[in-house]
Amino acid sequence: MELNLPIYLDNNATTPMDPRVLEAMLPYFVEKFGNAASRNHSFGWVAEEAVDYAREQVAKLIGADAKEIIFTSGATEANNLALKGVFEMYASKGNHIITCTTEHKAVLDACKHIEKMGGQVTYLEVKSDGLIDLGELENAITDKTVLISIMYGNNEIGVIQPVREISAIARKHGVLFFTDGTQAVGKVPVDVIADGIDLMSFSGHKMYGPKGVGVLYVRRKNPRVKVTAQMDGGGHERGMRSGTLNVPGIVGLGKACELCMNEMESEGTRLSAMRDRLEAALMQVEEAYVNGNREHRLPHTTNISFKYVEGEGLMMGFNKNIALSSGSACTSASLEPSYVLKALGLGDDLAHSSLRFGLGRFTTDEQIDFTINAITTSVLKLREMSPLWEMYKEGVDIDAIEWAHH
Amino acid sequence: MSRIYFDNAATTSLDPEVLTVMMPFLTEKFGNPSSVYSYGRETKLAIENARKSVAKILNANPGEIFFTSGGTESTNTAVNAAIRDLGCKHIITSSIEHHATLHTVEYLAHSGQAKLSYVNLTPNGHVDMNNLEELLAGSPDRTVVTLMHANNEIGNLLDIKAVGELCRKYDAIFHSDTVQTVGHYPFDLKNTYIHFLNGAGHKFHGPKGVGILYVNENIQIKPYINGGSQERNMRAGTENLYGIVGFAKALEMATATYEKDSAHINGLKTYMGTRLQELFPGVLFNGDTNGRSLYTVLNVSFPRTEKSDLLLFSLDMAGICVSGGSACTSGASSVSHVIKALHNGKSDSLVPIRFSFCKHNTKEEVDAVIEKLKELI
Repeated sequence: MELNLPIYLDNNATTPMDPRVLEAMLPYFVEKFGNAASRNHSFGWVAEEAVDYAREQVAKLIGADAKEIIFTSGATEANNLALKGVFEMYASKGNHIITCTTEHKAVLDACKHIEKMGGQVTYLEVKSDGLIDLGELENAITDKTVLISIMYGNNEIGVIQPVREISAIARKHGVLFFTDGTQAVGKVPVDVIADGIDLMSFSGHKMYGPKGVGVLYVRRKNPRVKVTAQMDGGGHERGMRSGTLNVPGIVGLGKACELCMNEMESEGTRLSAMRDRLEAALMQVEEAYVNGNREHRLPHTTNISFKYVEGEGLMMGFNKNIALSSGSACTSASLEPSYVLKALGLGDDLAHSSLRFGLGRFTTDEQIDFTINAITTSVLKLREMSPLWEMYKEGVDIDAIEWAHH
Repeated sequence: MSRIYFDNAATTSLDPEVLTVMMPFLTEKFGNPSSVYSYGRETKLAIENARKSVAKILNANPGEIFFTSGGTESTNTAVNAAIRDLGCKHIITSSIEHHATLHTVEYLAHSGQAKLSYVNLTPNGHVDMNNLEELLAGSPDRTVVTLMHANNEIGNLLDIKAVGELCRKYDAIFHSDTVQTVGHYPFDLKNTYIHFLNGAGHKFHGPKGVGILYVNENIQIKPYINGGSQERNMRAGTENLYGIVGFAKALEMATATYEKDSAHINGLKTYMGTRLQELFPGVLFNGDTNGRSLYTVLNVSFPRTEKSDLLLFSLDMAGICVSGGSACTSGASSVSHVIKALHNGKSDSLVPIRFSFCKHNTKEEVDAVIEKLKELI
């Protein structure tokens, strides 16, 4: 089969929409265009029915009740709503939130905002494998703690946090547990009951659905969780999120959830086999290191550092042919090394020499073959030109060198 | 049964041409605009081109246009920013604003962040400009004025330039909810004293889930949604790419045919108003229908009788789609807050119906609706 270039291996940044999702959405653009809040005519009812159906599809994927699904404009808005909404709603109970340093920027920035509003935030360090220490988490809880916010699967290294253990600790201390499920939902089984999740955000465009639409799951029973609305208005979404509903987007998200649910098992197996093959082949390269825990990990993600090679330079070598990134898209405009990798204890050099591979539903074995070949060749070529690599090969201990500062 | 859709103030149908322009961004051009490789660069470029196009149409700078998830988010962002970032401690609004404004200002007042004043309205629902000036002059603190450009229920138009000049005189921040007018009226923002205004794509045959917030370049505000550095650090979240592209295309199309469309729609409104007056004694026009009024909206009240009580229901049975008020509040069975404010104490004896038109509506449709009304009343 002819290989179409460039190959897209950045499915943690965004995913192409599944054609079946688009097909489900199309009628709701032009013909079935009603405002889902219009109660006096059939255009409105048709739109509302479609939204209700999508709400069921979404709820089913995560084992929730349809009434617990709040549609938003995306995961970032949902993260903001969860964190600020809980902080405001539970102000009389306390003002302390626990999160960790490797969270997505949307969580970290919302936490910084909360600190400015008088909140207290504990940022847990992670271990060198990217997982949090449960003992440290429990020790951080005070009588002022209202929320633990730990993401389900990490966007850069793919590690899956011990969600059930975290929620058990939260329960024990009467603290709510919010998880950013953006990378995990639709990829691995997530069940809000079994996992003990009180609030969870995720978005359409990371699971072959549309951009511009996301979800906040808000538990209604045991305990009944409430959030203060961050967008006031017509009282849509049971008062928690106002604004005319993005009907085609919501329909697409519902379909995307249904497809993920039906195909999760086979896709998970296919992707992890492909990812493992890619990883094993790239680990044949000298001085290559996988970042993060390899056991507790999303099936489609691997993050690899190639020592003595500049990540940016490396990408220049093949970015015409392979689309991937050295970290999160949301921070990729910045030249700073990834804060997630630095939190694992990587030095700037290794953090700078890392690549994130995000495989997806449309990734093929041929694309993986091409990628293995292209990356290996690029790394070897760059190292040939690298004085550091030469010194390393000559046995010089590079870490011991004191560099003159200019 | 072919239906007649006279509820275009609630939402409009997406134009097929707009969908055509959106399609590549729903399929092969899917890259995250923050990604640095080709997939990301091509989508980033599409967003920046959309921004330039929107800015040009509104006579603003591209740097003043921010894409959001819609009108509600834009209003929340603007009003909150006026209090949190621009030092305003006093809000002036009116009792007939959209709930996105009213609930936001009520929350800010209730939580002690600002003092709240409602400007007086004239009997036909316009802002009493003398009272507005008194409120501004009497405020010891910096004020934010938030008044909608066109009322979504009754169509009354604000003299946006005159309010702007008053705000200039008293150094107030001015936000106008222009959701019903962006895409329906020409704007000249470089020559209008205004700090914030908002638009929503789905009100002018563009997509749902996307809007704009115009922020005047002379003010600096902080993001309302925190996270990534999208929208020049002003609005975090992966961009609704196809929505943004569709918003710009819809606005371009609306602008290109504005004169023709507005004349056509205004003709329908005038014709329907005249026919209603001829045929139904006792019909009341809500708002300044024949004066300073949005050409897309005709809001009338029929006297409440056993038959007219069921009017909305009966019209729907006949395939005629109208609304009793705003869609955002149409779940509530009570008479809208706007109609209540206009007909103080008497609103219970009235059945208000909002007819709102678009370029696709025809005189034949108006005739059909009139015939049906004759039957029903």
